[in-house]
Amino acid sequence: MDIFLQQLINGLTLGSIYGLIAIGYTMVFGIIGMVNFAHGDVFMVGTFTALIAFLLLTTVLGITSIFLVLAIVLVVAMAFTGVVNWAIERVAYRPLRGSFRLAPMISAIGMSILLSNFVQVAQGPRNKALPPILPDVIVVWDSGSYQVTLAYKQILIMVVTAVLLFAFWWLVQKTPLGRAQRACEQDRKMAALLGVDVDRTISLTFVIGAALAAVAGVLYLTYYGVVNFADGFVPGVKAFTAAVLGGIGSLPGAVLGGLLIGLIETFWSAYFSIEYKDVAAFSILAITLVFMPQGLLGRPEVEKV
Amino acid sequence: MRSWERDPILTIDHLSMRFGGLLAVGDVSFKVGRGEVTAVIGPNGAGKTTVFNCITGFYKPSVGRLALAQGGAPTPQDIDDLTRLGRASVRTAAGSLHLLERMPDHKVASVAKVARTFQNIRLFSGMTVLENLLVAQHMGLTETGLLSPAALFNFPSWQRREKAAVARAVAWLERIDLLERADDPAGDLPYGDQRRLEIARAMCAEPVLLCLDEPAAGLNPRESLALNELLLSIRRDFATSVLLIEHDMSVVMGISDHVVVLEYGRKIADGTPEEVRTDPRVIAAYLGVEEDAVEAVEAEVGV
Amino acid sequence: MPAAPVSGAAPGAFGAALKDALISAALTALLLLPLVGLRATEDGGGPLILTYRFGLVAIFAAIVGVLRLVLLLTVWRPGRTHAGRSGTRTLGDLGDRAAPILKPLFFGILITYPVLAVLGSGGLGPSRYWIDLGIYILTYVMLGWGLNIVVGLAGLLDLGYVAFYAVGAYTFALLSTSIPLGEFLDGALGVDFWKAWSFWVCLPVSGLLAALWGMILGFPVLRLRGDYLAIVTLAFGEIIRLVLINWVDLTNGGAGISSIPPITFFGIPFSNGEGGFASLFGLSFDPMHRNIFLYFVILSLAALTALATVRLRRMPVGRAWEALREDEIACRSLGINTTLTKLTAFSIGAMFGGFAGAFFAVRIRFVSPESFTFMESAVILAIVVLGGMGSQIGVAMSAILLIGGMEMLRNLTFLKAPWLLGPDFDPSLYRMLIFGFAMVAVMAFRPRGLVSGRLATIFLKHRKKVSGDLVAEGHG
Repeated sequence: MDIFLQQLINGLTLGSIYGLIAIGYTMVFGIIGMVNFAHGDVFMVGTFTALIAFLLLTTVLGITSIFLVLAIVLVVAMAFTGVVNWAIERVAYRPLRGSFRLAPMISAIGMSILLSNFVQVAQGPRNKALPPILPDVIVVWDSGSYQVTLAYKQILIMVVTAVLLFAFWWLVQKTPLGRAQRACEQDRKMAALLGVDVDRTISLTFVIGAALAAVAGVLYLTYYGVVNFADGFVPGVKAFTAAVLGGIGSLPGAVLGGLLIGLIETFWSAYFSIEYKDVAAFSILAITLVFMPQGLLGRPEVEKV
Repeated sequence: MRSWERDPILTIDHLSMRFGGLLAVGDVSFKVGRGEVTAVIGPNGAGKTTVFNCITGFYKPSVGRLALAQGGAPTPQDIDDLTRLGRASVRTAAGSLHLLERMPDHKVASVAKVARTFQNIRLFSGMTVLENLLVAQHMGLTETGLLSPAALFNFPSWQRREKAAVARAVAWLERIDLLERADDPAGDLPYGDQRRLEIARAMCAEPVLLCLDEPAAGLNPRESLALNELLLSIRRDFATSVLLIEHDMSVVMGISDHVVVLEYGRKIADGTPEEVRTDPRVIAAYLGVEEDAVEAVEAEVGV
Repeated sequence: MPAAPVSGAAPGAFGAALKDALISAALTALLLLPLVGLRATEDGGGPLILTYRFGLVAIFAAIVGVLRLVLLLTVWRPGRTHAGRSGTRTLGDLGDRAAPILKPLFFGILITYPVLAVLGSGGLGPSRYWIDLGIYILTYVMLGWGLNIVVGLAGLLDLGYVAFYAVGAYTFALLSTSIPLGEFLDGALGVDFWKAWSFWVCLPVSGLLAALWGMILGFPVLRLRGDYLAIVTLAFGEIIRLVLINWVDLTNGGAGISSIPPITFFGIPFSNGEGGFASLFGLSFDPMHRNIFLYFVILSLAALTALATVRLRRMPVGRAWEALREDEIACRSLGINTTLTKLTAFSIGAMFGGFAGAFFAVRIRFVSPESFTFMESAVILAIVVLGGMGSQIGVAMSAILLIGGMEMLRNLTFLKAPWLLGPDFDPSLYRMLIFGFAMVAVMAFRPRGLVSGRLATIFLKHRKKVSGDLVAEGHG
């Protein structure tokens, strides 16, 4: 029970991060029907931006309030990563609209390789470790032999995720931008005819997806304190798994899928074998796609003949 | 007894197809006569293409039985026996009997021998005209296996087989007057030629039932005439039965023996072209008025 | 990363071009500032500190700005409609037109390559680098041709091709180093039998096992749509690699399997002394004999792949693959069992991957999971895509360009000159960076690859080339 509770807390924390990344996959897929392969690396760029901003604020500017630092880091990372993804869409995907179907996918694979190697060249191949941020914990439950703890940073991660998800939900449901997005999802040509600026809407979708990935990046950095240029791939695949599991194209599905993947991963590591935790994630991806391609909350596809 | 009831190649019983909450086809039953041309007509959204997709195995019907009889007329006893047997196909005294709703789409084509064309043409546009016709003969050419050594090592037995396939393709190209363009990519052909090529491709698979989904759509009058001639020549020279969906009444009335009319997913009329033409419900469906107002409207437009 | 719209500049206006160039330069500076201008540096094991490289950002921004200005005033000048496109089109046409001439030349060079290398470098010993490079490139040519069956012909995007390469390599490595199997066979067929013949026995086994794995993995996934299929194959590739790492009892984990027996000349070892290849053929011993033999082995394997593909394309199954790529629904309406047809493409492609894997293991004489990462799949896929999906000569050309090019990059030692980038500069770090950039650029400028279009498999009067614009790339 005690270990179970601890894993539940850890799983939800991890799942929040996956859910935030998964939204980027699911939104882009919803609007242009493309698996944005480079999204995991956009997340990685977010973690590095956060690292640089953190160092700049603490070592150069000497700000000591950790909450002020994290708030500024969050804003900087969201803004910069958004710009990066905007540029990526502009250079690598927009020229390919109307090209054959796999072209954007292949371009995205190239972009993924480009981004991770760019960061490797610019920042070096070694792990970058920060001193622990917010190391304090609350003991939730003490069974005598085992203490179930809730770290401050876990609270921070869940709160930030919840607030941002709410803000984001509002953005998509209640604003003209959200309406334009849904219109583009349904029928891009028709939306354009009715005066929706399709290019701008798609660009903004990429920017929002990247901003949420950057939030995930900041939280990831806070949680683990270590980043590496190769850290985009595996979290990227897991977040994609989350998006697929929840039903690709569905926003609540992405969050639900993220939480499920986070929980499965932590429980798998705790009760089965930590070595095979990535195998578990990849297997869930394959099994979901094969047996339940519409996911938990997605709509089934009817083949048009 | 009408000809299509005496010797039906396809017997459709109580076919219904539901997409979520939408009933696209509701309890439709009709028969397609062997060696005849049967037309399915109806306003847009009447469920014609859905019926086609059920027949050709692309959709699994929600309810219904689609019995295709090769060789000769089946007895109702045969059909019921097969239905109870739980299998898809059975040999009968006359030939064989197939329940299409129990087959995957490719088996409907390869075993039950139902070929089809599509409303929006589906040629292999990056392959040449000749290649298109050879792909259609895939089943005949791969009887000895997908990777048969004879084909892999180009043995004489295989060369003979391939030569026969090319000869059949050439015969069809002559019939549709496209022999000159045999080596051109199918996607380069004009629209009307693509339509006829698609029909020729379906015929190269040697079907017993050919289903044509709006073959005359988008054709100009000259091309439409050429299509009529092609369909009549198929009817004249082959034993193939033809089932077609069509909006062009000159095609429907000119070549069909039997017309089935659908509206809102239900059958509203079934008979010879003459009977259907004068059926008040059909006129109502096409003019979009209530049945009892038909006479008034007819008087108005001067029919 | 240059970024800015091409359109929008007023015709012939220098001012507009300048403005555009300045915006591009500013954007570049903005994009590079955080991650290039600032660097988190490990300060001798202590905490991270920031170092600054603003000069570098300025240089890159200036390069992008000037390049953009020059391009806007020349190639992309408004008024020269589609100028940029036509530039690449001529390049592509060159590829299309050169293909038939290149073919005989290509074969000639391939067969005489070792002789040319020996003569060119002045002896067996010094030719080692060139022979090894030839083997290396040919391995990728073969892998490219194998994947070409799956991606180019059948239109199935496979991102896990490296899994079959790994299956082939590990099959050979495990069987050839298996002591009980070796003892059993040596006992039954004579001393040292297994050491002498293991490669030749295991080569077909590796291919067949890879094909079997292709079937096992392919069966559940082949009804998925194009991009889903890509992701699932990627997942399978990663699963196989992770299992190879973690199943230490069988595979020795990340440490890999070493001491794989070397290749023999059909049972005759390339060794110095009595009974060796050299003494048997009256040559003086040289270790390069083995490398030259390896070259011819991979050449034959690649040729086998190419010939098989040519033959398969002319068979019904090959036509069905291409038809599947064009229109799957039409295929089904003609009675083609699409699952089975896809499965044959998938497993035949896998088989050639398995052959290549066995060859890889016997050449390096060491296998470890590190050789079979996703990046390897991406490289092979890039070779197929750049070559022009479906075109064999195009795939060969792009393998030479990509693999040879990446190898050349390793040798750009002049960049290490103190006045240029300094001795710390490692050009090989930039290989994958440039590689990723090339993938994006190829998609943007020539999505159909070097040799687009396809040759008909059969003809009545003359074989015509089908333009690439008509050929579909598959959708599932």
